[in-house]
Amino acid sequence: MNKSLTTLTTPIIKENPVIVQVLGICSALAVTSKLETAIVMALAVTFVTAFANMAVSLIRRQVPGSIRIIVEMTIIASLVIVADQLIKAFAFGVSKQLSVYVGLIITNCILLGRTEAFGLKNAPLASFLDGLGNGLGYSLILLIVASIRELFGAGKLLGFTILRVNTEGGWYVPNGLLVLPASAFFLIGLIIWGLHTLKPETKQE
Amino acid sequence: MLEHYLSLFIKSVFIENMALAFFLGMCTFLAVSKRLETAVGLGIAVVVVQTITVPINNLIYHNLLAEGALSWLGIDLDLTFLGLITYIGVIAAVVQILEMVLDKFVPKLYHSLGIFLPLITVNCVILAGSLFMVERDYTFGESVVFGIGSGIGWALAIVALAGIREKLKYSNVPSGLRDLGITFITAGLMAMAFMLFSGIQL
Repeated sequence: MNKSLTTLTTPIIKENPVIVQVLGICSALAVTSKLETAIVMALAVTFVTAFANMAVSLIRRQVPGSIRIIVEMTIIASLVIVADQLIKAFAFGVSKQLSVYVGLIITNCILLGRTEAFGLKNAPLASFLDGLGNGLGYSLILLIVASIRELFGAGKLLGFTILRVNTEGGWYVPNGLLVLPASAFFLIGLIIWGLHTLKPETKQE
Repeated sequence: MLEHYLSLFIKSVFIENMALAFFLGMCTFLAVSKRLETAVGLGIAVVVVQTITVPINNLIYHNLLAEGALSWLGIDLDLTFLGLITYIGVIAAVVQILEMVLDKFVPKLYHSLGIFLPLITVNCVILAGSLFMVERDYTFGESVVFGIGSGIGWALAIVALAGIREKLKYSNVPSGLRDLGITFITAGLMAMAFMLFSGIQL
């Protein structure tokens, strides 16, 4: 029981996929200008990593090594299609904003990275938890970056006004830089700086 | 006509740069940009694969998957939901074939590109090229130009970043920020520099 708990929790901070393993950065940068899109994206990625990792683990003994990548891609792509159709059905507005980034979960390196490194070598349940943990670690970074960008860039959270901006008669002068996609680079760079300073063991040379 | 293609080309290289305006292919962008030489190799490989896969996926989309594309068979089907799995299949197949062809006919090029080719299957730039092509409804001619342009744009960005990182070795960066952190911030500054293109109307 303890072991499964560690499998679930290590990827959340200690081996965080985004800031420690440096996987899945494209979407972490592109969908974080609003909290809403970030939440939908985080849910979709967590769903796909958990189930893809489990599915790959279930068939790990039957698949020959030479074709494993294409098998993994097929499993991942099928799960992403499911996630894409679900988002289109229940959150159409968000799916328009996410544009191609939902489809790009297929090539999100977290997925192939985890199925290769963990799913192929471990039992289904452990793989499911590892996938879930990595999905949550990814979600954590996405939510932190998106909250900072939406709150200080537009004065809102999830579309609700928190800091009234000066163009609408409030006192807060929004930081225009945070609305630009480039600011996600700076925020993640600063998070990595903080992590490397506080926990030097996470630094990879 | 030529003018239309030329402006699409300029747009896909600079204004809508895949790496610095849409943040695609970031994993490889950050991981393989330590040395200029390897960055150039990967950049060329991306241009080649992108130029081949985007037009192929364009043909598949318009002739098989799009709504009503199969009407000549008397079937009225909308297969667009199969898009994702088809495009990634095409990409994986093209990369595999390219690898074998290069190995047979141009072994020298194969050995210099060798390690990068398999990496490209999971590079989001390639898949995103096909997805943008579908989303923006490009014709076949446009998709060829867009494929070449977006590949070159990405290659340009990774070569530029690799050049900067080689020079960064000589600067005194705070220890926690060294390597990964400073690379993110450099890429952010580059993205801001590329934003100056966004005001250009073509």
